Amino acid sequence: MNKKEKWPLSPSLESTQHASIKKQYSLFIDGEWVKPSSGVYFPSINPADESHLASIAHANEKDVHLAVQAARKAFPLWSKLPASERAKYIFRIARIMQEKARELAVIETLDGGKPIRESRDIDVPLACNHFFYYAGWADKLAYAFPNRTVEPLGVAAQIIPWNFPLLMAAWKIAPALATGNTVVLKPAESTSLTALKLAEIIEEAGLPKGVVNIITGFGDTGAAMVNHPDVNKIAFTGSTHVGKIIQKAIAGSSKKATLELGGKSANIIFDDAPIDQAVEGIVNGIFFNQGHVCCAGSRLFVQENVAEKVIRKLKLRLKSLYVGNPLDKNTDIGAINSKEQLETIESYIAIGKKEGAEIYQPTCNIPKKGYYCPPTLFINVAQSHRIVQEEIFGPVLTIQTFRTVDEVIQKANNTPYGLAAGVWTDKGSRIFNLTTKLKAGVVWANTYNKFDPTSPFGGYKESGYGREGGVHGLSAYVKLS
Amino acid sequence: MKRIEILKTYKIYIGGQFPRTESGRYYTVNNSEGKAHANVCLCSRKDVRNAVVAARKAQGAWAERSAFNRGQILYRIAEMFEGRKIQFIDELTQQGQTKKAAQAEVNMAIERLVYYAGWCDKYNQILSSVNPVSSSHFNFSSCEPMGVVGIIPDQQSPLLGLISLLAPVIAGGNTAIVLASVDYPLCAVTFAEVLHASDVPGGVVNILTGALQETAPTLSSHMDVNALVTSNLGNEVNTPLQVAAVDNLKRYFDYKQDWNNSSAQGLHFIGDLQEIKTTWHPIEQIGGATSSY
Repeated sequence: MNKKEKWPLSPSLESTQHASIKKQYSLFIDGEWVKPSSGVYFPSINPADESHLASIAHANEKDVHLAVQAARKAFPLWSKLPASERAKYIFRIARIMQEKARELAVIETLDGGKPIRESRDIDVPLACNHFFYYAGWADKLAYAFPNRTVEPLGVAAQIIPWNFPLLMAAWKIAPALATGNTVVLKPAESTSLTALKLAEIIEEAGLPKGVVNIITGFGDTGAAMVNHPDVNKIAFTGSTHVGKIIQKAIAGSSKKATLELGGKSANIIFDDAPIDQAVEGIVNGIFFNQGHVCCAGSRLFVQENVAEKVIRKLKLRLKSLYVGNPLDKNTDIGAINSKEQLETIESYIAIGKKEGAEIYQPTCNIPKKGYYCPPTLFINVAQSHRIVQEEIFGPVLTIQTFRTVDEVIQKANNTPYGLAAGVWTDKGSRIFNLTTKLKAGVVWANTYNKFDPTSPFGGYKESGYGREGGVHGLSAYVKLS
Repeated sequence: MKRIEILKTYKIYIGGQFPRTESGRYYTVNNSEGKAHANVCLCSRKDVRNAVVAARKAQGAWAERSAFNRGQILYRIAEMFEGRKIQFIDELTQQGQTKKAAQAEVNMAIERLVYYAGWCDKYNQILSSVNPVSSSHFNFSSCEPMGVVGIIPDQQSPLLGLISLLAPVIAGGNTAIVLASVDYPLCAVTFAEVLHASDVPGGVVNILTGALQETAPTLSSHMDVNALVTSNLGNEVNTPLQVAAVDNLKRYFDYKQDWNNSSAQGLHFIGDLQEIKTTWHPIEQIGGATSSY
């Protein structure tokens, strides 16, 4: 065989036959599937090929009110249930999710465009484990808050984004239930399906009616949830812009909130780092889930004396990334979640070029239909460039260089965000110097984008407040006295 | 003949110095008999901004002091305070308190400082965790101070209310800008003198006097303040401050507490002003050795 001839990849498609998606989904309120009072349904689109997956109900203010009422009605019973019994319900949810894991993964990929490898190996197992982890907390809360009386807050309104639809639902619902709250959850409009499958699982698990209500819709639905007077707690994951609107809306009220917002996280490579591993870490940091990750390592800082080498290796690695059908197990970078998001990313790429940065994109065979964006590097960027300052939420990496530790700490912290950071070096004392001085809620040293139910996640500064995961994640849902 | 008293000029405390307000303005505080007692600084928005700059400058070094050292310094504040008890009791009574109530408040304020001094090198042990993640990583979460904290204490509890909010803030490695009680500002200024004599580095605590409607909005909307702590201000004052604090997503805590209560203290007052940082590092997994021997 001619050495220059490329070996084509054989497609290895995950089957969709086992995934059952209804033609139309109503709202899950008070344990029943009810039609939206507006009568309006909107389409859920597969971003990989723009095909229609299902019709989703658009909940309005009336529906939100019904859902909050149902949650309020269920609260006394649920919160007074012996904690060990509450735990058993949550364990059940975890188990049924595990049983249906493959189906959930396929639907997640169909609905959101993420590579099946990621939904199968990361999103869905983490979501199941999150329920399993918090189930066990339900009857052990006194150990989490020594010397304090622990009470649930009441009705939690939870609004989640489209980048990790099922996982975010798990992050929100599991700790809320474990601490005795009842829930009204709204998934993002472009990715409602796995949350609705979760509603079916919750139904199957036999949870008392109204403990979990799942309603679908757009920003207006979310606003009605935030502004509902009978809601005690708002949990929101999404943009910093919307987070601030929510925070203003609840100012002066007794509503408690936790906000997981945007980021522009630094990934820092020192000259003594294992370069090949670091390159993998850079790729995983920014191209995981098409870069639709609030903690994505979107600002790369490379020490000047190895910059040329790192960039050369990174470009080479980008050439081998497979962009395409998310259901293909070969795929590294799947579909951009929606047309709007693709437009946002493309507009930032245009801005980057206009600002004078040097762009690198490997040539890749992008499917004709669907929303795709090749992995993109911007080299020779300045701290003041918009592509360095603003969250793009796509597979776009900016690369800057530095000489000294102090310089890179200052540059890395020079952002209103503070969600995550990465540090790559072989020197232990330097790791701890950086991890203590970087203003970020999560710091990955010699790794990136790792998540676990036991590991608290959340930001500093304008990346929001509160933590999800671990013992610290319980605080978001309890009243202590 | 009655001795002519030496009256004190009440100043403000910024960056370890005692200037008067940059604005040159004052307001008069009367004593319990309604007579002019002191011309206190009517601080400006510029004073607030100067105080924030001083607090930010001092914050890194204060947070990097050893926890043990911060504990010693907080204890030193209590020691210095103890020696000047009479002055504080005098001031409180001049501002209308009964002698007995003043004595109780001063004693409680000192106990509270000692209580938080003891927490400095302990809270992180209680609030931290090592997280047993499923992958081969060492993962831990620990506290880090939020940074620069604005404090607007209970207006009716000018000494104890102030110390109850301030002590947990600085025990946790934050630096502070305090807006003293408008009607009863004297103790706050005298407390600054105690701080100054207690090895508290300049800028760690900054204390301003003046009108809240002028200073509080500047503090709550300042983009370089990380958190705001208030107590018993009432919704009318609180809500606009809370709205202004959203611009840089300040953490906001409003404590409804009777600070005279001996239980109005605790670990959570420190924990509220801490960020939790989680750090991951891979654990090498090569070779066949296990940890059984």
